[in-house]
Amino acid sequence: MIPLSDYLIVSAILFAIGTAGVFLRRNLITILLSVEIMLNAVNLTFVAFGRYLGSVDGQIIVFFVMTVAAAEAAVGLAIVIALFRHRESLNPEAFTALKW
Amino acid sequence: MFDSTFDAVVPLLCVILAALAAMGAEAFRARGERMPIGGLGIVGLAGAGVSSVLLWNRNAASFGVILADNFGLFVTLVLVVVGVLTIMFSSQVVRRDALPAGEYYALVLFAIAGMIMMATANDLLVIFLALEILSVAVYVLTGIRRDDQRATEAAFKYFLLGAFSSAFFLYGIAFTYGVAGSTRLDRVGAYLAAQSMSDSPLILMALALLLVGFAFKISAVPFHMWTPDAYEGAPAIVTGFMSTGVKAAAFAAFARVFLSAFEPFSADWAPIVWIIAALTMILGTVVGVAQSNLKRMLAYSSIAHGGYLLVGLVAANEVGKAAILFYLLAYAVTNLAAFGVIALLGSRDRGNDELRDYAGLWHTRPALAALMTVCLLSLGGLPPTVGFIGKWYIFSAAVSAGYYGLAIIGVLTSVVSVFFYLRVVVMMYMAEREVAAAMPPRVTGVSMAALAFAIFVIVYLGVMPTQVLDLASASIATIF
Repeated sequence: MIPLSDYLIVSAILFAIGTAGVFLRRNLITILLSVEIMLNAVNLTFVAFGRYLGSVDGQIIVFFVMTVAAAEAAVGLAIVIALFRHRESLNPEAFTALKW
Repeated sequence: MFDSTFDAVVPLLCVILAALAAMGAEAFRARGERMPIGGLGIVGLAGAGVSSVLLWNRNAASFGVILADNFGLFVTLVLVVVGVLTIMFSSQVVRRDALPAGEYYALVLFAIAGMIMMATANDLLVIFLALEILSVAVYVLTGIRRDDQRATEAAFKYFLLGAFSSAFFLYGIAFTYGVAGSTRLDRVGAYLAAQSMSDSPLILMALALLLVGFAFKISAVPFHMWTPDAYEGAPAIVTGFMSTGVKAAAFAAFARVFLSAFEPFSADWAPIVWIIAALTMILGTVVGVAQSNLKRMLAYSSIAHGGYLLVGLVAANEVGKAAILFYLLAYAVTNLAAFGVIALLGSRDRGNDELRDYAGLWHTRPALAALMTVCLLSLGGLPPTVGFIGKWYIFSAAVSAGYYGLAIIGVLTSVVSVFFYLRVVVMMYMAEREVAAAMPPRVTGVSMAALAFAIFVIVYLGVMPTQVLDLASASIATIF
């Protein structure tokens, strides 16, 4: 039996990796994927807590989160394509029309 | 009773049905055929407004997660006003910029549906879903002009930081669920009240993460970085919509979560919110002074206004809670009207949103200049406008709760902010019009009616605020 704390530590590490990716990566698609890693880290936390508490709520919440993540990814990728058409680049540093 | 379980979602359903109808109308529209899709949206919003009035004082609850108490209904009514004004301003903008009408109005309505859901949600997961419904719609609205590079860039920045902050918010929900065993606010509140003596690290984690998530959404310092860019790049009317509607909905949820469920831990979060409120007011005002673009300036001003609202949240006494609601209404109407004027003055190729574009506006468009003046005076908090009454109540709440420092910072930043609002007024009346400047476009009757209504509200509530204030005090009595 793996204790709850192990799951929480793993998901915290995943969340940190995702957060670091958003700040450090220099490619719009990778940045989007980093956000997805953060959301999946949260999913792991929900599932772990749900199992620990013996309630199915945690598992069900994950379905909602996955749906939301899919909708967000669809919109995000559409915006990335619209951006690419303007600048032919995926490097966030190329986008300087607004002060960052 | 089976029937009554649906009562609380009726305002929400009205808006969603209107949004679906707008999508359907666009799908079946012949090319070039004109349909009154905006009017359809107003009908749906009117339905939401009427049903909210009918639900008043009834404390209806649906499925245990949507709670139409007076607090939620008050914010719903504010959001209905925001939606109606946005649609009325948009009619001219949509035609001018050749935006896809059905999609535009459907997105506005879905965003409002998400906002209403957020204001009436009684479950953290539902708040998250509502937040995403409104956010996804507003991301697309921000970038709806795909031919405009600045709008697309603004949409991406807004999207990225929005999704990033949603992940933090969700992580906070996960910890709350893990600690309390439920995401329902009443159960979380009951659990936390029993635990209030022991600060377990998980509860503090949850508190901190939820705070970060909300701070991003209401663009509080230091989580405000996206605001100036998103507000400057987006079409002016969308900026007006998101600076008022999104902020009102996020504040409603913020107040509900922190003043009801997390109330037992106010000793932990109040000092942090105190600091955030002070920083937000100072930074919004000081940086706002240095701006030469009117949209960017109003973006910083809206950051500062978020700070004033946070003062009400810190004070958290009876006056403070009612003042938050009143200020939300005051700020929503005023700011939307100001952005409405900016939107109406723009043309398809040029936003006309630099400060110098407003030089001598009085000579070419005296009515718009006068209306803009009233909005700016109200944002600056000068009597006899609603902005003055709102600020006065916020600061008096802070003083009566013993937060003298915040009240002093608030008054000082208000005084400084009057400087940059008045700079625009001076430009409009005193400066000479540049010879090369294009004549501002004509304004349609619908947009003018919306502006006139907004100005009426600003001045009327500035002179006779008692009724609405009583209403606001009555609505906070139901939940806190």
